[in-house]
Amino acid sequence: MTRSRLFDLLLPGLVVVVSAVALLLLAGTNPWDPIRLIVEGSIGWPPFGAGSSAKVGDTVMVWVPIALASAGLIVTFAAGMWNIGIEGQIIMGAIAAAFVAREVTAPRPLLILLTIVAGAVGGLLWGLLVGLLRTVGGVNEIFGGLGLDFVAISLTTYLIIDPWARTGVASTSGTDVFADAAILPSLAGSRLSPLAVVIALLAIAGVWLLFRGTLYGLKLKAVGANRPSAFLLGIPTNRFLLGAFMICGALAGIAGTSQATGFHFKLIPSISGNYGFLAILVVLLARFRAFWVIPISFFFAMIAVGSSQLDLRLDVNSTLGGVLQGVLVLSAMFGLGWAGLRVQRRMAEEEAST
Amino acid sequence: MSGFWNALAGMLDTATIASIVAGSSGLLFATMGETISEKAGVINLSIDGSMMLAALAGFVVAFQTDTVWLGFPAAAAVGIVAAWIIAFGNIRLGLNQVAVGFVLFALCTELSRFLGSSYVGRPPVGVPAWDIPVLSSIPFLGPVLFSHNIVVYLSLLTVIATYIYMYWTRPGLELQGIGERPDAAHSRGVAVNRMRYWYTALGGALIGIGGAAFTLDVKLGWSDRPIRNFGWIVLAIVIFGGWHPLRAAIGVLLFGALQAFALNLQPEFPSFSQVLPSIPFPAMILALVIVNWKALLKWLDRYPWLRAILRSDPPGAIGTRFEVS
Repeated sequence: MTRSRLFDLLLPGLVVVVSAVALLLLAGTNPWDPIRLIVEGSIGWPPFGAGSSAKVGDTVMVWVPIALASAGLIVTFAAGMWNIGIEGQIIMGAIAAAFVAREVTAPRPLLILLTIVAGAVGGLLWGLLVGLLRTVGGVNEIFGGLGLDFVAISLTTYLIIDPWARTGVASTSGTDVFADAAILPSLAGSRLSPLAVVIALLAIAGVWLLFRGTLYGLKLKAVGANRPSAFLLGIPTNRFLLGAFMICGALAGIAGTSQATGFHFKLIPSISGNYGFLAILVVLLARFRAFWVIPISFFFAMIAVGSSQLDLRLDVNSTLGGVLQGVLVLSAMFGLGWAGLRVQRRMAEEEAST
Repeated sequence: MSGFWNALAGMLDTATIASIVAGSSGLLFATMGETISEKAGVINLSIDGSMMLAALAGFVVAFQTDTVWLGFPAAAAVGIVAAWIIAFGNIRLGLNQVAVGFVLFALCTELSRFLGSSYVGRPPVGVPAWDIPVLSSIPFLGPVLFSHNIVVYLSLLTVIATYIYMYWTRPGLELQGIGERPDAAHSRGVAVNRMRYWYTALGGALIGIGGAAFTLDVKLGWSDRPIRNFGWIVLAIVIFGGWHPLRAAIGVLLFGALQAFALNLQPEFPSFSQVLPSIPFPAMILALVIVNWKALLKWLDRYPWLRAILRSDPPGAIGTRFEVS
């Protein structure tokens, strides 16, 4: 690792530490306690020591949807697409899974398989819609995706208030809890579902393989790097864009299934937990490399679960974790920008001196 | 169905229309800000977060100094900083505008919650009402347009000023040029990137003032994420408005009407009224689809007025970086 490469990694870290300390001093606590609390509240302190299995289970089950969505986003980013519609794809996956969980009666293994497939299909179709709007309708995927996010949110609200309303009470808090047969099987005493974890790891491995060992992945990258050239080389660019959106949508949809049948056990208005947007930050920080998604999304999941303790125990607002995530990604991004600028300058100097 | 028609009829009331105008000031400022920024070629995707952080800054400064007017420059300053970070990251460092904007959205949202938590529920400081003498006594127009407060009047003036500046002045033409064809503008001697810095900052200032208009006037006071999703609504309205200040302003007023309508519908159609306020998003998608729908455009060419209403062409170089080659 060269000196400047190390610098690129250290700078964002330094910025985060400095801003974290500054924010905490501003909030009137010492900087160490919140860090300890976040770790304690998510995986236990010392790590994996005293944490309750319920907490660890929650952290892992927050990790699953973030990791799945991040894996999907790597595919769309590789194709040069900003899939802001990922939130909507998670939500539609959750809605489809909820539909199966509510309406279908089948033996448990079959029912669980059906909820997962339904989630994948729901997310896939919603992703395909973003892709079609882009390729056929000429609608920029950022705006199309954003619009469809809100359509999906509205649909969730509508379903919860009207057709899937809880029996007896008018409530916007969510639907009835699903039947036991539809719930993802989990370890005793926690939400941790080994099946969900395996699926998430397989998805990441699959995306890694896609870009490491397949022609499809290579062509997809070509489409992302330079669409006109890829087209001239005979790659059906639009089909590849749609493919990327469908892959991403399917993975996001499974993330939605995990949210519905593995975490909340019902459909709630904020079913996506904003994990789609969080996954965009993860992928930006991981610089689009599949392997790095695993630790970074776990770190984000720890912050999400662990910082809920801050309010109660330290009187520090629990959004601190979110602030630090933002600072981290922003400073990493600008660090990268500076590095790029330095390289450009050096090249210009060399050019001028020859 | 009678409830539906009653709710619709309730919209035609002078007081309702006046309240729609009064409630639109924040969105009008922000929409003009985003329009100017995007016209210059820079998408300020941070808007949902930066408007919120600015709204907090405005509220806190007004609350601490007990002077409502000091809140607005504070909010504008926050908006400028956020916008400048996007412009700097894109122009100087070559980062993607959308990437920087999106991360800033997340950061500013969380920062507003973190810094604002101790201000939740504090007594609000509001902009005092001020009827414009003489004009406010005109029947109908008086209560609708001239019986509000200075912030509302300024928001309406900002719309008119943006329109006149953009379409009737030389610098306004250059503003359109740097977002439409930056290379052409450059060859005509316009300092594209310097202008982009200025217009992005101006847009950020207006977005910030829009945020403060919420916490100091429209939705008095601070709560957790008080104007959540309004920034995204602004983005949708800018597109729905075809990057034209007057059309965007009409979009804002239509959105206000939609909200009032949804409120009227609440008792009889609770689920429908919940869904109604997100109509700007499908409307935005529809507007964008129409631009690229060749058969429809051909048909529309026969009706220029209809085409003018429906079309929504993005600035040619929106979201891209300009480098002097």
